[in-house]
Amino acid sequence: MAERTLMERLFEPAQIGHMPVGTKIVVYSLLLFWTAFVLFPIYWVFITSFKSAVDVNSGPVYLPFIDFKPSLHAWKELFVFDWEDTLKAYTNSIIISLFATALSVLIGSMAAYALARIEYAPKFGSILIFVLSMIAAFVGVGVYGVDWRLACAVAVAVFFFLIKALGRFYAARLGNGDILFWMISQRILAPVVVVVPIYMMFQSVGLLDTHLAIILTYAVVNLPIVIWLMYDFFKSIPIELEESAQLDGATRLLTFFDIVLPLSKAGLAATTLLVMILAWNEYLLALFLSTSKAQTMPILVAAMNAGERGILWWNMSVVIVVMIIPVVVMAIILQRFIAKGMLLGAVKG
Amino acid sequence: MSDNATSARAGISSPEASLTLRVRFSEWIDRHSRQLFITPAVVMILIFSIFPLVASLIIAFSRIRLRGGGYSVRFVGFDNFSKQIFGSEQFHFLGTFAPISALGWVFGLGVLGLVLFWLFKYATAKFTVLGFLGRVITASMAVGLAFMFAATLLSGKPFGTLGTTLFYVFVGCGIQFLIGLGLAFLCSQPIRGRNFFRVVFFIPMMITPIGVGYAFRMMADTTKGPFSPLWKWVGWGDFTWATDPWAARIFIVVADSWQWIPFIFIVLLAALENVPRDFVEAAQVDGASSREIFFDITWPQIVPVAATVMLIRVIEAFKIVDLPNIMTSGGPGIATESMSLHSLFAWRSLDLGQSSAVAYLLLFVTVVTCVSFFNLIVVGRMRANG
Repeated sequence: MAERTLMERLFEPAQIGHMPVGTKIVVYSLLLFWTAFVLFPIYWVFITSFKSAVDVNSGPVYLPFIDFKPSLHAWKELFVFDWEDTLKAYTNSIIISLFATALSVLIGSMAAYALARIEYAPKFGSILIFVLSMIAAFVGVGVYGVDWRLACAVAVAVFFFLIKALGRFYAARLGNGDILFWMISQRILAPVVVVVPIYMMFQSVGLLDTHLAIILTYAVVNLPIVIWLMYDFFKSIPIELEESAQLDGATRLLTFFDIVLPLSKAGLAATTLLVMILAWNEYLLALFLSTSKAQTMPILVAAMNAGERGILWWNMSVVIVVMIIPVVVMAIILQRFIAKGMLLGAVKG
Repeated sequence: MSDNATSARAGISSPEASLTLRVRFSEWIDRHSRQLFITPAVVMILIFSIFPLVASLIIAFSRIRLRGGGYSVRFVGFDNFSKQIFGSEQFHFLGTFAPISALGWVFGLGVLGLVLFWLFKYATAKFTVLGFLGRVITASMAVGLAFMFAATLLSGKPFGTLGTTLFYVFVGCGIQFLIGLGLAFLCSQPIRGRNFFRVVFFIPMMITPIGVGYAFRMMADTTKGPFSPLWKWVGWGDFTWATDPWAARIFIVVADSWQWIPFIFIVLLAALENVPRDFVEAAQVDGASSREIFFDITWPQIVPVAATVMLIRVIEAFKIVDLPNIMTSGGPGIATESMSLHSLFAWRSLDLGQSSAVAYLLLFVTVVTCVSFFNLIVVGRMRANG
């Protein structure tokens, strides 16, 4: 072998699968730099939660016990003096994200399974009639002040009447792909597009500021993600298993819950984790739909921006730290699944 | 549900019990399982996405006044939209227009020429009415946006919330993709501590956007933040980034990237690990350089994943609202206001019609961008790869 120059020895592999020293140094320093970039803001929030107001306002101090004396006053304030508010927000967050995730994953995976395995063919004309009668009902309620129950009843009646009357005259049908696209495309809707009508809707049925309202909204907002990821998962399961189960006389529901779901554990785990993170962290919809009783943690974070006294950085940091811990623990345990689940969705999507 | 399942199983194994109520119920369920599976999702989407969408559309076309206890609705046609595009809110949505400068003309006409060339090529190669119509919509939006930037940014005037949103989407997503891909590539190398890096790099995605916003506000503080000695040393001790439009915008992109690179990273890493090792090793044996290996072997394998992950990211990026709201409240002026935030502010000032109109404009821009991206890039790639 010819004599290797210094550059070659540093950057060109001597054999396959071996990483030369120079490359190693570059790779590790880049990775460590990014680790620092990722961890530093979190570290800063963490130590800020132990700082006193003076420490925060007098300029940066970096190391607890060396630069400044850590104090528990912010933690005390949230967990002793404001214990009730903190506990309420925390339990609200837990209840809402758990139920919203469960609902979303259940309904979403059922729909995804149906779209993956059953042929649907709704008529295009019927959908058009449905949309038109809905718009008519809305104009009636919104512009002419008709009672909404009456308007809904009339719209439904008109819809069925028109389907019966006109159903023979159109034949164009949509397929599963169209339904899937329609459901997934709901994710494009920014919350601000739909939040005002949702607010009015919950107001009119008296559900504003309740867990139910936020749970339902979160479940629907995340439904497209569940359907997208789970559809690909179900598609990847060999159909023979289900066919043999059905030959043995199992119903569709039984096949789904006893055979298909256990086979897609990895996908379910990834989807559940992802939806739960999104529900746990959501701010805008919660801001609209809750005023006091159903407040979630992100609202509590924002509440630390206390107007004339400025931002109470120390209290806010405590709330953020408390919010981060459960998701990080959960995600570290489940992160293998996330990558797999998302990859499947992305590869086939 | 397992209770239900066992009862159904019992019904199957013992035919003599087939007339019990339970079995009849499970038979009914089985007969209607087609509808049962999909109805809940359809109904939920109808109630919480489609109803609000239609209601928003009606609100966008009307002027709503709140009066003691109730509200009055007056139909005003396209007033709310034309106010954003031509009227008193133009500066807010599109930007402050100035006579187009020479640079602006070059840019605008350049884009126009490119777009016309592209349309011409499509029309002469393979022509379908629907495909052509779709491309015309994409093209006219591109030209419109080009002239908007030509008349505002390139003529020395500030652009509005539309331009800011596009800045977040395209600059932000571009940076995030490059860094995410780079990190994923580094982590796919045979290195020690891969699992450690994977877990650490994933963490920011799990932090609430509002927390990220406040954390980065602390980071960016030039007097009390952790980097203030550094700022002082550089001589920018009294520079407040929140008063400079571009500094503020870039800082929001940095925070957004910090939060979203993990998502791109984790998916691309999984994709890179799925590339068969034999391919890479065979190329190494044949003496291919690492750059050749990456661009000729690895890249084509991960392109479908990359396109999809970017589609998801772009969809989410258009909705950006928490970060600018927390970090700058849209300021200085309207420099960092995204369209979502614009709509939220309009709602806060009880101008529901304007709020819905902006939201609908956002929806339009998002749909055109995402559909173009999907049809022209993702589907095009799929066809190219067979």
